[in-house]
Amino acid sequence: MGDPSRRVSVTHPRTRAARPGRRDTAVRDIHEQTPLGEVYMKALMRTQLRLGLLVCAAVFLPLAALPLLLGRVPVPHWARPWGAGLPWLVLGLPVYALLVVAGACYVRRAERNERDFDEHVRRS
Amino acid sequence: MSMNAPANLTAVLLVVAVTVGIGGYGLRSRSTSDFYVASRTVSPLRNAAAVSGEYVSAASYLGIAGLLATYGSTMLWYGIGYTAGYLVLLVLVAAPLRRSGAYTVSDFAEARLGSMAVRRTATVFVVLIGLLYQVPQLLGAGLALQAALGAPAWSGTVLVTAVVLVSVITGGMRSVTLVQSVQYWLKLTALAVPALVLLLVWRGVWHPAGSPPPVAPAHPAAGHSGGQELYGVYSLMVATFLGTMGLPHVTARFYTNPDGRAARRTTVGVLGLLGVFYLLPEVYGGLGRLYAPGPAAGNRVDTEVLLLPGRLVPGGTGQLLTALVVAGAFAAFLSTCSGLALSVAAVLSQDLFGGDVRGFRRAAAPAVLVPCGIALLLSGSGMSVAHEVGLIFSVAASTFCPLLVLGIWWRRLTAAGAVAGMLVGGGLSAAALTLTLLGAGGPGWAGALLAEPAAWSVPAAFLTMVGVSLLTPGRVPAAASVMLARLHLPEALAAGTAGRSAAGGDRSSPDPVRSSRNGHR
Repeated sequence: MGDPSRRVSVTHPRTRAARPGRRDTAVRDIHEQTPLGEVYMKALMRTQLRLGLLVCAAVFLPLAALPLLLGRVPVPHWARPWGAGLPWLVLGLPVYALLVVAGACYVRRAERNERDFDEHVRRS
Repeated sequence: MSMNAPANLTAVLLVVAVTVGIGGYGLRSRSTSDFYVASRTVSPLRNAAAVSGEYVSAASYLGIAGLLATYGSTMLWYGIGYTAGYLVLLVLVAAPLRRSGAYTVSDFAEARLGSMAVRRTATVFVVLIGLLYQVPQLLGAGLALQAALGAPAWSGTVLVTAVVLVSVITGGMRSVTLVQSVQYWLKLTALAVPALVLLLVWRGVWHPAGSPPPVAPAHPAAGHSGGQELYGVYSLMVATFLGTMGLPHVTARFYTNPDGRAARRTTVGVLGLLGVFYLLPEVYGGLGRLYAPGPAAGNRVDTEVLLLPGRLVPGGTGQLLTALVVAGAFAAFLSTCSGLALSVAAVLSQDLFGGDVRGFRRAAAPAVLVPCGIALLLSGSGMSVAHEVGLIFSVAASTFCPLLVLGIWWRRLTAAGAVAGMLVGGGLSAAALTLTLLGAGGPGWAGALLAEPAAWSVPAAFLTMVGVSLLTPGRVPAAASVMLARLHLPEALAAGTAGRSAAGGDRSSPDPVRSSRNGHR
């Protein structure tokens, strides 16, 4: 009898769909600024702010280190294509590519956060 | 140069004709609502090109290359900063700003904090930044016309002022999205084609007759000593990373996105387009160091881009390339100036002139003529266009960055805190800018701190704003939670519920501010 695989949950087949009067209550909570709605909003804002700051840190900490490093690191002659110094190579295409990639990652993640929030709110 | 004058003059007039022409076409073909409907269906890429087209100004087009040629690779941070500002804008501001429905930072401030005092303070700084930002563009126009045609410096300034005044007053800027996006591609082409030719000449693939050989670059002219230079780079980073979000013409452009999601996508597009563009000044600057050794004096810093093609490729081809570059430069002056004049005039007409069509036209005159006057006064100063623009970024970063970031993410911001923070940050940075323009800096640390004020004025603004807000907890606006919910709720949740009207509705639906502005389009 203790075999979990043979357990059957006995519920009304339309439990999740049929809760008249309770549908989208969380959405209404948010719009009507109930304490529960505030909790939802704070959670969303915290998630998005954390993501934004994370992206900033991931991009701007390495960038901020560059002015200190570029002057100090000696570059061997063979590592200078066309005689261009290290700053001319690093502070060009690689940095711009990093900015675009970081931006695209942020957008994907931020939209996923919003989708998750949407689903979560509508489900509850 | 005089030999080249007819080609260059034709290029300038062509750009002027195209700008006025597309504007006039938009004027005839579209109704008021059409404009807004159209701008809401613009794809993120088109919109990104429009943002970039308006944003790439004389500082980017002429200034960075000149600074690179004179001061060396440290100046690459200008291009990176101008671009990276959009990443900060993207992750902290873009979607909430669009969802707020604000057309200017003043609108945002009033809606978020419900205070006219905040609105007026923000308006003062929008106008100040908008006016000052036009000055380097007009100075650049003077220099460009001087270098390309041998005309006196004031003539370029007056020409650009006149074209902008006509297009703003006739309302031809209505099709602004189209004009600006065309001008991005125009500017990119005008720099990229000559850059490719110059690279071919440099690598020896093509040997035009009379092309000079490259020489070993001279040691870059040192503006400041090591520690001060490092401070300058970091302060420039603060100014450009945080200042972009406070530029009036950038904020206005975000309003044309259909929703917060599109605002984010547009911003990523802008990052890509600007990244491509800012590789080009690097080419001009780097080659400028090889082919025009020695530090350039005074105004020559900014004419590097215009002179380089003619120097490397003498003869007819060089003249054609120069004319192309001159055309792109005028596109840069016109697009940035019109965008700024338009946002300044919109704010002025709203807050001073009653907000109707006639008020807008009356406001357009000072919005364009005041910068022209300042530019004519300053035309002998010899300061680099890119550095002047960097200073104005400091003012934007010290006023609107704290207002937007705290306004979007911090519930306890109060009107008193916002006003105090903007006054402290804006006052400090504007004072530093004035002193630098008057030449009060000098070579020591005092000069370095004044020339790049952002590193101390931005923290001062943030601290004041947070401090005063915490001291006035009773004045947290009652609607703060409603407003924050509106800024951060995804569109799917914000729409389609009965609570929508309770959340304040969209500002783009009828309201006094918007409908008055619709009137003059």
